[in-house]
Amino acid sequence: MKTKMRDKIFLRCLPLALINVFVLVPIFWTVVTSLKEEGDILKKPIRYIPDPVTFSNYARAWVNCRFDRYFFNSMKVSVIAVFFIVLIAVMAGYALSRFRFKGSGVFMLLLLCIQFIPHAVLLIPLFNIFHRLGLIGKPLSVILVCITFQFPFNSILMRGFIGGIPYTLEEAAQIDGCSRLMAVIKVVLPMLIPGIVTTSAFAFIGVWNEFLFSMMFLNDSANYTIPIGLKMMQGEYNISYGALAAGAIIAMSIPVALFAYLQKYLVTGLSAGAVKG
Amino acid sequence: MKTGSTWKKSAMTPYVLLTPAIFLILVFMVYPIGNVFCLSLQHYNPTKPWINGFAGTENFVSILTDRDFWNALKVSVKWVLAEVALQLVFGMAIALILNQRFKGRGVFRALTFIPWAMSGVLTAVLWSLIYNENVGLLNDILLKTGLADVSSAWLANGKLVFGSVVVAELWRGIPFFAISLLAAMQSISGDLYEAADVDGCTRWNAFRYITLPSLKDTIILTTLLRTVWEFNSVDLIYSLTGGGPVGKTTTLSILIANHATKTSNYGYGSAISVISFLILSVFALTYLKASKYGTEE
Repeated sequence: MKTKMRDKIFLRCLPLALINVFVLVPIFWTVVTSLKEEGDILKKPIRYIPDPVTFSNYARAWVNCRFDRYFFNSMKVSVIAVFFIVLIAVMAGYALSRFRFKGSGVFMLLLLCIQFIPHAVLLIPLFNIFHRLGLIGKPLSVILVCITFQFPFNSILMRGFIGGIPYTLEEAAQIDGCSRLMAVIKVVLPMLIPGIVTTSAFAFIGVWNEFLFSMMFLNDSANYTIPIGLKMMQGEYNISYGALAAGAIIAMSIPVALFAYLQKYLVTGLSAGAVKG
Repeated sequence: MKTGSTWKKSAMTPYVLLTPAIFLILVFMVYPIGNVFCLSLQHYNPTKPWINGFAGTENFVSILTDRDFWNALKVSVKWVLAEVALQLVFGMAIALILNQRFKGRGVFRALTFIPWAMSGVLTAVLWSLIYNENVGLLNDILLKTGLADVSSAWLANGKLVFGSVVVAELWRGIPFFAISLLAAMQSISGDLYEAADVDGCTRWNAFRYITLPSLKDTIILTTLLRTVWEFNSVDLIYSLTGGGPVGKTTTLSILIANHATKTSNYGYGSAISVISFLILSVFALTYLKASKYGTEE
């Protein structure tokens, strides 16, 4: 009994507590910093609880540091990219789960291997391509890159979701006189909604967080997305820590909200898509 | 099952459905990889058009004598080894804990995995507020608890910067391992452990002879995936230190990014990309072979 108690403390409770402190302290500290008045942030000794609490940093990040614009830009890029990622993933996933065709194995392998391609290697040639297409500086370049990088994983995920819907339902609809396309729209799509939502959330987080290519392609601050805005703010000489922290909280709001939804699918989803194949 | 005419029609359908996917792969993956090989054989710098032209192997020759390259290669290897090994160990520990049944497990799972959703830049901002000398929490805690008597410049001190950046990346990287390993653990049958328990097997032996072998393929794939991922990771280092001070955190990917964004030396940068690509490909193939991936099937 005594050893059981000791095991529980040293093998579960203590490590769990330490891990959660490690995970949560940076987030906690950013929240605290974002709620402090600018003068209090630099004051010694450092206070762990903001007093008085102020939301002025959020106003400053949003209005003065143009996070309103970055947020809108990020939204625009993410929504458009996610729409196409899901569309392509549904098409590819349907093909891979419903048909036996020559090259399906090779294509599946290709989707897996693509995840091993070093993105930094593609930086210069993709810059060249978009330069020739006249897309440098335009959000479309980032959208195209994000679609290309995100659809392979999501297609594999979608293949699993579509595979989970019995084909007999589709067949029944076709026997009742539906065309194959109508059967897909009327029977498969409604059942696929949880899958589509999950895939969209995965894709959204990926696109929302994209940094390297946005940094390289977007040269006009009018088109900056949130990661670029954050990076620029961090590099400023006269850095305002309160506004930076507030900007970080604004930046993490969307992925954390999506994560809250996704976390129950995370364990099955990530392994199905990226690891097991 | 299907009549001749509809079979013919549907024989084309999968290819039609895959057209956009194949198009994207060809245009934005395959072509650029070919392109980077071509560029690596040229002098190409948009800001210095007078030197542009065929270079043959000149870029490669100058890379091999470039001290920055060898330094970046060394930093890359150190970086990947530290990240993958530590993420695996901590990820495994977390997965083992979260695989047990206890009250509040769901909440702890969610909390522990939060950093998975964060971007590199965001992680950099969060940790810069921890490491910062003026407003940072770390120095304050160390001084208050008496663990240190002077505050340190975690990101500017050449001796400390590598470790500091490694910890920040661990924060974001551990959840991926924990999630993947946890998923694999859940597919191990509970009967095996019960049988082992009946036989008086210790917990360590159960881990060693049941858990670890069942996780073999997952471990191989996640470590490989992560090796590639960490080798290429740019965003966190780029925003936390920019590769400095004095190249202490300049990995090969940071070197490429710097050549792409700062010096515009595209030919040279491409040649480094080609070398990175070859190093990774050779590593991946050797690793899969040496680890006998998938041999149980």
